[in-house]
Amino acid sequence: MSLCLQARQLACERDDRWLFEGLDLDICSGEVVRIEGPNGSGKTSLLKILSGQLSDYQGELFWNGAAMKEAREHFLANLLYLGHAPGIKLGLSPLENLAWYQALSGENGNEEQRLDALERVGLAGFEDVPAGQLSAGQQRRVALARLTLTPRSLWVLDEPFTAIDRHGVAELERQLVAHAQAGGCVLVTTHHELTASPLLRRISLG
Amino acid sequence: MHSSVHSSSQGSDTTSQVLAVPLREHKGGLMIAVKATLVRDLTLLLRRRGEVLNPLVFFALVITLFPIAISPDPELLAVIAPGLLWVAALLAALLSLDSLFRSDYDDGSLEQLLLAPQPLAALSLAKVAVHWLLTGLPLALMAPILGIMLALPAGSYAVLALSLALGTASLSLIGAIGAALTVGLARGGVLLSLLVLPLYIPVLIFGAGAVQAAIFGDGVAAHLAILGALLAASLMLAPWAIAASLRISING
Repeated sequence: MSLCLQARQLACERDDRWLFEGLDLDICSGEVVRIEGPNGSGKTSLLKILSGQLSDYQGELFWNGAAMKEAREHFLANLLYLGHAPGIKLGLSPLENLAWYQALSGENGNEEQRLDALERVGLAGFEDVPAGQLSAGQQRRVALARLTLTPRSLWVLDEPFTAIDRHGVAELERQLVAHAQAGGCVLVTTHHELTASPLLRRISLG
Repeated sequence: MHSSVHSSSQGSDTTSQVLAVPLREHKGGLMIAVKATLVRDLTLLLRRRGEVLNPLVFFALVITLFPIAISPDPELLAVIAPGLLWVAALLAALLSLDSLFRSDYDDGSLEQLLLAPQPLAALSLAKVAVHWLLTGLPLALMAPILGIMLALPAGSYAVLALSLALGTASLSLIGAIGAALTVGLARGGVLLSLLVLPLYIPVLIFGAGAVQAAIFGDGVAAHLAILGALLAASLMLAPWAIAASLRISING
């Protein structure tokens, strides 16, 4: 079994300016694909198009060979998207935040899994603190806890290293590579320099 | 412009890499997701009580001011009371709409909601239900007490509460369409009111009409039935419209 996200002749226009044109992509199992480019080159737009959030583009998307329109449900069931904003409710504790994400995918889960996921991102002891009282980096870590809590094969991560300390960055990098080695697939934008790895592939925009 | 190297014709299929995270089939769990969304929104709003109290305080203030400004004459007040109560409740409900999707939009959980493998219409219906539970229902329960202040004739209190409970549910559903459409705009509040108010008018007419009919001793059932019908229609159509509007807003 393998997964494959393909784009054909992808083009996106913003304010009378082509962000990219004629882009062909094949993103398959066992890869960490890094989208590079200067600010405003359309990295986030590309990730949003690839994760099915923007419909304002030209070209076609395929998921495991089927057109995205037909395969959307299957695609969403296997996608984990972390956007620019971490998607963490400040009024809820990390545990409550994670519980909602787990339930969104249709699983009840249990508290043990959530505690474990929080511990793995270094938030042991902060489980019941309202997220509003956590630092920006800790909030980002709550979002990153979803990577272990709700396993998905395709990760689409927009600037996941934002506000994360050096140790956390190294840890997350290892996690990305391990996910690719296990046959998953990671699509990431970052300004942070990723350590070279045979699994790493770059795509430059702009 | 770079384009990627095509990994030639799916050789990986035959080598069949074993996925440690196997591809998942989408398997229901809609009720779990809806219930979790209900619980989450209720918890969030109950922790920010100010936001819940705002429309109620507005409602109470407006109704308190009318007898002072117009006249304390019970006969005059009784004539205008149904309309006053209904207009004030409608505006109070409208006030609270802007925040319905706003915080989700700002902190990124709205995009997560859109990417959940669940029908967006059902999840947004859960959010609207919470809005009604914490705005419409309290307004309906509070209205009889404020009715006393307007010398509302006895016998119309139950109808007032019932018509408001039914009516505000439609108002929440219809208003949520507007809230979803304007969530991406920095100052969507005014636009939201303009969009939504015309659609509120039928609910207002039959809601205030029900209370008036109760005062004059006419049959109330017809008015309430029409309010029920309006609610049924909005329940069927609004969730889809809300979902579509949210997608448009996220696209913008």
